[in-house]
Amino acid sequence: MKRYHRVLPGFGLSLGITLLYLSVLVLIPLSLLFWSAGGGGWEHFKSAAFSPRTIASYKITFGASFVAATINLFAGMLIAWVLVRYRFPGRSFIDALVDLPFALPTAVGGIALTTAYAPNGFIGRHFAPDGLIGQHFGPEGLKLAYSPIGIVIALTFISLPFVVRTVQPVLGGLDSQLEEAASSLGANRFQTFRRVIFPYIWPALLTGWTLGFARALGEYGSVVFIAGNQPLKTEIVPLLIITRLEEYDYAGATALAVVMLVASFALLLAINTLSRWTNRRASA
Amino acid sequence: MQISVRGVSKNFGAFRALDNVSVDIPQGQLVALLGPSGSGKTTLLRIIAGLEAPDQGRIFYGDQDVTNCSTRDRGIGFVFQHYALFGHMTIFDNIAFGLRVRKWKNDQIRPRVLELLRLIQLEGMEKRFPAQLSGGQRQRVALARALAAQPQVMLLDEPFGALDAKVRADLRRWIRSLHDEIHMTSVFVTHDQEEAFEVADFVVVMNRGKIEQMGTPDEVFARPASAFVTDFLGRVNVFHGRVQNGRAQIGELEVPLEAEHGSEGDTFTAYIRPHEVEIDRQPHGSESMLAAVSRVNRTGSIVKVALFAQDGQLPLDVELPHEREAALNLRTGDMVWVYPRQVRVFSASTSETAS
Repeated sequence: MKRYHRVLPGFGLSLGITLLYLSVLVLIPLSLLFWSAGGGGWEHFKSAAFSPRTIASYKITFGASFVAATINLFAGMLIAWVLVRYRFPGRSFIDALVDLPFALPTAVGGIALTTAYAPNGFIGRHFAPDGLIGQHFGPEGLKLAYSPIGIVIALTFISLPFVVRTVQPVLGGLDSQLEEAASSLGANRFQTFRRVIFPYIWPALLTGWTLGFARALGEYGSVVFIAGNQPLKTEIVPLLIITRLEEYDYAGATALAVVMLVASFALLLAINTLSRWTNRRASA
Repeated sequence: MQISVRGVSKNFGAFRALDNVSVDIPQGQLVALLGPSGSGKTTLLRIIAGLEAPDQGRIFYGDQDVTNCSTRDRGIGFVFQHYALFGHMTIFDNIAFGLRVRKWKNDQIRPRVLELLRLIQLEGMEKRFPAQLSGGQRQRVALARALAAQPQVMLLDEPFGALDAKVRADLRRWIRSLHDEIHMTSVFVTHDQEEAFEVADFVVVMNRGKIEQMGTPDEVFARPASAFVTDFLGRVNVFHGRVQNGRAQIGELEVPLEAEHGSEGDTFTAYIRPHEVEIDRQPHGSESMLAAVSRVNRTGSIVKVALFAQDGQLPLDVELPHEREAALNLRTGDMVWVYPRQVRVFSASTSETAS
């Protein structure tokens, strides 16, 4: 192997520490999952991991996470734009507000959201059958809390900071002369955004989306309060795992965990490959 | 197309970047806006381009008032100091950008881009990305991109500022010859007087948000209109003093002033250009003064002589042709007589007097 001379040496040492660290923290504990999941035999694994109730919970978990991360893709980009481009009183207050979902214990977030979005809550009552907005949705009104919408709200809440925080520095580093150049060449605002700004922030958007999505998949604390937790309807996978554990069905719980693990890893790998590909194109 | 700037003012907070500026950029000419940083030259260019809006005043392209017209509708080409190329696009896509957003057909875009690549001598580079080019190549791409949609006006903001000396000189010459080919009304901003004089048909000298002088390079150099211009054009000996007996006294040197040019006791600033001074072994009365040679540098196309007059009080730089210096055979420490052929005197209350 060819040896490169670097200003800062220590590739061997730093890679060694990286591998040890990731092994002890991530790889070994997660590998043991497979071991535990196999403990009940294949039949038990299959019935635990692919029963109608679990399939429904996979759908709701992945679906709601996808929707939440995608909502934040747009909202996060907008917030980052406002924070980077404009100077206004209260800007640093808003900036700090963005990080709150990170700092709060998620249960606090869940309770707060439920209070606001429950049918008698500050926001939820407008969506109740007699509410301002809810009356247009028939006799049931529009149920926010205790429905899949509630899950999406909770997941949107906890995954909000990711897109904002990944896009913000990239947008801040964008040379305003690029926009002026586009404008002098005859591009309108939409063309300038689509052809000049968007290609620059796209890798950051994708990274933010991925982080938000991954975070939402694993979220438990905030969702259980607002979801209603009805099997087949509003039951997320992390909750189902806890339920199995409470029933002392360790093999069943780990079977679910393994499915989540494999699916999440495959997704993250795919998205990271995609983002590396777009990055290479952008910086070539 | 002629560009007319009428009474334009612009403030940035408390800073007055432009103060009631009016200027005409003649059709088809290459004009330099020359001035130190903070003189308002870039602000003026950006207002002409529509990238900034003036607080007061109007901008005309020909007869058309474009003051409220956005940059994209002005039909200009703008070149930035740091190129502002789109890093995620190939050279081809960069040059084609202005054509695509203006909805040119693909079968028209390709020949136009290839023609421009030939013009900037970067044929075969269309698939590269800006990061793979040198500074001079990037600036040429930026130029081709600005030229692509055949703008009526070309505006360049310190186009050579980020390049090293050799590339800068090449690009200057190239831009001059390009302009001789396509005769587009062009304005470029620079703080380098040599660059302005070498490239431009007209030079507009700016200072503190105002225009000090406009003219051809020859006019501006031969007859600087103010102390600022004389000073800014550089490489000049500067002397300060007070008017006495109707004369400006520089050491032993007396420069007669006409009555309207400064009254008794006024402070004045006198400028003597190094190449407008003679050195001799003989005195020439009150038009010359004694000075000691401190250093002789014969390495350039002219000989640079550093002297001190007035017992070392007045430093003075002189430039002589090699033949003249050889005849004098100057050595460090020699006492010689210097007599300026031309002294430009600006008194505090009036403008120029020359002797």
